[in-house]
Amino acid sequence: MTPEKKLEALVNDGNAEEYGRGRSPGQDALREFRRNKIAVIGVFFIAIVFLVAIFAPMLSPYDFAQQNTYNNREKPFTGYDITTDYAEENCHWYDTPLEWGCTVFIAGSDALGRDLWSRMIYGTRVSLSVALVASSVSVLIGLTYGTISGFAGGRVDNLMMRVVDFLYAVPLLPIIIMMTVYFKALARQGVTTGFMGTVIYLNKSTGGLLFVFVAIGALNWLAMARQARGQVLSYKEKEFVEAARALGAKDGHIITKHLIPNVIGPLLILESMAIPGYIFYEAVLSLISLGVDPPTPSWGAMINEGYQTLRSNPHLVLFPGVALFLTTLSFNFMGDGLRDAFDARLRGRK
Amino acid sequence: MLRFIIRRVLIAIPTILLVILATFVLVQAMPGGPFDAVGQKAMPEHIRIILERRYGLDKPLYEQFARYVLNIFKGDFGPMFRQPGQSVSDIIGQTFPISIQLGSMSLVLGFAFGIPIGIIAALNHNGIIDYVMTFLAVVTISIPVLVLAPLLIYVFAVQLDWFPVAFWGAHPPFFLGFIPRIDQEFVSHAVLPVFTLGTGSAAAIARLTRAGLLEVLSSDYIRTARAKGLRERIVIVVHALKNSLIPVVTILGPLLANLLTGAFVTETMFAINGIGRRFVLSIGEREYFLQTSLVLLYGLLLIGGNLLVDIMYAWVDPRIRYD
Repeated sequence: MTPEKKLEALVNDGNAEEYGRGRSPGQDALREFRRNKIAVIGVFFIAIVFLVAIFAPMLSPYDFAQQNTYNNREKPFTGYDITTDYAEENCHWYDTPLEWGCTVFIAGSDALGRDLWSRMIYGTRVSLSVALVASSVSVLIGLTYGTISGFAGGRVDNLMMRVVDFLYAVPLLPIIIMMTVYFKALARQGVTTGFMGTVIYLNKSTGGLLFVFVAIGALNWLAMARQARGQVLSYKEKEFVEAARALGAKDGHIITKHLIPNVIGPLLILESMAIPGYIFYEAVLSLISLGVDPPTPSWGAMINEGYQTLRSNPHLVLFPGVALFLTTLSFNFMGDGLRDAFDARLRGRK
Repeated sequence: MLRFIIRRVLIAIPTILLVILATFVLVQAMPGGPFDAVGQKAMPEHIRIILERRYGLDKPLYEQFARYVLNIFKGDFGPMFRQPGQSVSDIIGQTFPISIQLGSMSLVLGFAFGIPIGIIAALNHNGIIDYVMTFLAVVTISIPVLVLAPLLIYVFAVQLDWFPVAFWGAHPPFFLGFIPRIDQEFVSHAVLPVFTLGTGSAAAIARLTRAGLLEVLSSDYIRTARAKGLRERIVIVVHALKNSLIPVVTILGPLLANLLTGAFVTETMFAINGIGRRFVLSIGEREYFLQTSLVLLYGLLLIGGNLLVDIMYAWVDPRIRYD
């Protein structure tokens, strides 16, 4: 299509104004992203999961840690035999015992008689906070490291990149597993003083998540650092940086005002593609009992508890498994959509 | 090229040493020791001291480490504390071939399915087959191993009863150290774990192959090849395919790391006696030498794999020079 014809088509669509004014790359990308139906569905689902995580106490019919030995391993949609005063205390006004929300295990109950549905709802908190915090940790370390390395250049850059090369050759997951084991062993011993004491207190107040965050963040900043360095290297030779320098801008100003805003975009896209991996790592760590501390519910830990009775109670794996799968899928859809939208090279080709 | 390989190997040696030193210090720093208890009861103090002296645990840490490293060159990875009569070398000898079998078969599965699917999708670019396959690839990538394993076990082992639910069907001795006898027992046990571990790789490879082939098909030399009247099949197979596989090579490194991570889960869930499961089992133990040796093994695999990827990279893309 020639430009004239394109303009004509746009006039007919009533979009001529937009065409003439020109759009920023960000607006372009947003348009492209909105056109990608699957990516939008992904974002929509993630938004729902976020809401579920925020309003978990209102949405879950029971306390996630409440055990009930009379009703362990109930099948989904089976009745809840109220033999204790539990329901009277914990059911909300809108799920009075007549309603199924408070009389029935929607997703069944696990080996300790805990309501699986409530545990799944609270499990969103673990997965999403891993997705958010671990990716922030990874971006923060990677961005800082890569920017410093790329900006400094020369010998500093060389040395810093050798460190990254070194870490690439380290089998990080086994080492992180060992570190987590070490921290957990210390935590069990009840160290309360000094730096370790603080760390252990923090870990306890996050339900054992701190080590998971640290582990996953430490595992994944390397790619971010390389990307950031590469971007900084190319941007710091650009004219606008030279102009800023000619106007007398200090290094700190150039980094924060000119380099980082340009670098952060691609980095965030790279990060969004990595989020499914983080959720997976958390689940794996929880699967081998190194993730969250019980009774905090995590989908990985629930699968771990459930698959041991897979033959008789498949629902114990099915529900957290489906939740994990759908969340991962949505993040993948979103990441792919973002990449396609921001990568101008791919635009129009699809 | 040779200089590049030698340099990489020389860099790898201090890396590996540092890694195992860190692991060694870390496992020894953990509270508790291997001889704290006998069964449910606490070990009597004097017996514990004798046992620790027997295994050299009373020596300073640097001396223990030096002895461990020197012994590695003799092929001795140290003793097992709680399994008397067995050494770490024995344990690795039993478990490592099984992990190699599982990992290599999954990798083969990944390529055997991934590359053809990617090519078919690219050749049907923007057609219905392309959309279905790209969509299925994302869905497949999104199924975590720890969801896929129980799903496959439940459907194909519990309900349909086609395959055994767990364990690995290969028995030593292995040909060349890791190739088992292919019989019905081996194959039936291998299908589900290999599928669990390999489908993610297949989907990733399919996506990359598709992207690579599309990129290449729009390049000038393909247009030239078509313009001089070559048949489409020749254009694809002879001209396009090799270049389109360059991005696929780049994913080999991450793929290897994924296989290692996935093997933790797959081996644990299928109760396969490989190094991944042994490592997970050793978490609660205080088997200092086993844990350090397994990390050493992972490090060697990672470094070797990355080196292999770089060499292959130079081989498929002659523009890349390492000097």
